[in-house]
Amino acid sequence: MESLRYQGLVLSARPHGEGGAVVALLTETNGRHAGYLHGAHSSKKRALIEPGTLVSVEWSARTSDNLGTYKLEEERGLSPMILNDPLKLGALLSACSLCDAALPEREGHAGLFFGLQALIDTLSSEVWGAAYVMWEIAFLKELGFGLELNKCAGGGDANMLAYVSPKSGRAVSYAEGEPYKDKLLNLPSFLKPNGGPADEEAVADGLKMTGHFLGHWVFAHHTKGVPEARLRFEARYAKTVAGFEESE
Amino acid sequence: MYDGPLDNLVKLIASLPGLGSRSAKRIALYLLTHKEGTMLPLARALQECADAISECERCGNLDTAQPCRICRDQARDTRTVCVVATVADLWAIERTGSYKGRYHVLGGVLSALDGIGPDDLSIDTLMNKIQQNDISEVIIALSATVDGQSTAHVLTDHILDIKGDVKITKLAHGVPIGGELDYLDDGTIATALQSRA
Repeated sequence: MESLRYQGLVLSARPHGEGGAVVALLTETNGRHAGYLHGAHSSKKRALIEPGTLVSVEWSARTSDNLGTYKLEEERGLSPMILNDPLKLGALLSACSLCDAALPEREGHAGLFFGLQALIDTLSSEVWGAAYVMWEIAFLKELGFGLELNKCAGGGDANMLAYVSPKSGRAVSYAEGEPYKDKLLNLPSFLKPNGGPADEEAVADGLKMTGHFLGHWVFAHHTKGVPEARLRFEARYAKTVAGFEESE
Repeated sequence: MYDGPLDNLVKLIASLPGLGSRSAKRIALYLLTHKEGTMLPLARALQECADAISECERCGNLDTAQPCRICRDQARDTRTVCVVATVADLWAIERTGSYKGRYHVLGGVLSALDGIGPDDLSIDTLMNKIQQNDISEVIIALSATVDGQSTAHVLTDHILDIKGDVKITKLAHGVPIGGELDYLDDGTIATALQSRA
């Protein structure tokens, strides 16, 4: 009999059988790890399997290859501040769905586990949008698709970076990129060498940039493509930014 | 072990929620030994319900009449619509007797995992209802789950897009009657504190 105890962040729960569910967690040492939870839809357990909930887990299975069963205990539930804010809830669902769809099962990604925990904590702060973009950049890097945003791909001034090449994922300086700016992605101001505001426009630029690489690199060969939650989050954010601009 | 009709009956009973094959066999045996008292009246009741009950084309409620008795009731407030996920939720609100407006049953909530998108819910019917009738308030009565609240946010966006002056409200979250603080989750206590009276 195999058994393990660890902490995990709930990524998703697929109904299985009449009352149970297969719950996917992001854990420190086992990466994305799934297990069967008996009675998952009972009133006591239902809140445990909401995406983003931090739980302590006891996993047991006959052999290590089996799906196994979970016993979960809540460590930190979902903040109502996140639940009531459409953009923050969208960001949380997007992050969870990306981990659920892109990470291989049972492969440790300690950085992503702590990163996702930190992101959920940051959702209560004002700079959560920029934190989300940074988390997606780290997510791309963890999957082997690192962006190079500290020097110019065309040999230009590294202090004047303004664009990102959609093909190579490398930054391009303002002077080098100006003739091709329609084809390049905007580098969000808060990622520029000299820093800049992490305002809504910059976050929207960041989401467009990471969204491009998620679609073209990470999910290019996935049958389902970029998760719906990620697409919906970017669209909602862009709509909110457009609303701000109209009101100004 | 069983002949054709009995086997079929056991299979059908076992397909009901909450029942397995053992319970199904026990129920089938009980029905067969109580033909006159239970089995035949049950069969007639099932047939009558299947013939008479349909989904209300206005709100999605289940009733014998078309439109349903809630939609026909002139004493109800026609300017308020309460949006619920399922007919069971509608019945739960009706049980309280404290709401006297109209309803709209969405038919579920958005769920990427279950493959339920906006097109699978009766969002368009709700938007038509809001546009064509003089609706002043929409109460979004969906579950306090991630899927429920995501659906609520999507509905809010849709409603504001088509009619900006509609008041949109949501059910409050807080301490249930008979609930002890010590046993409540942190999120519920935090919300209850924020919206204290």
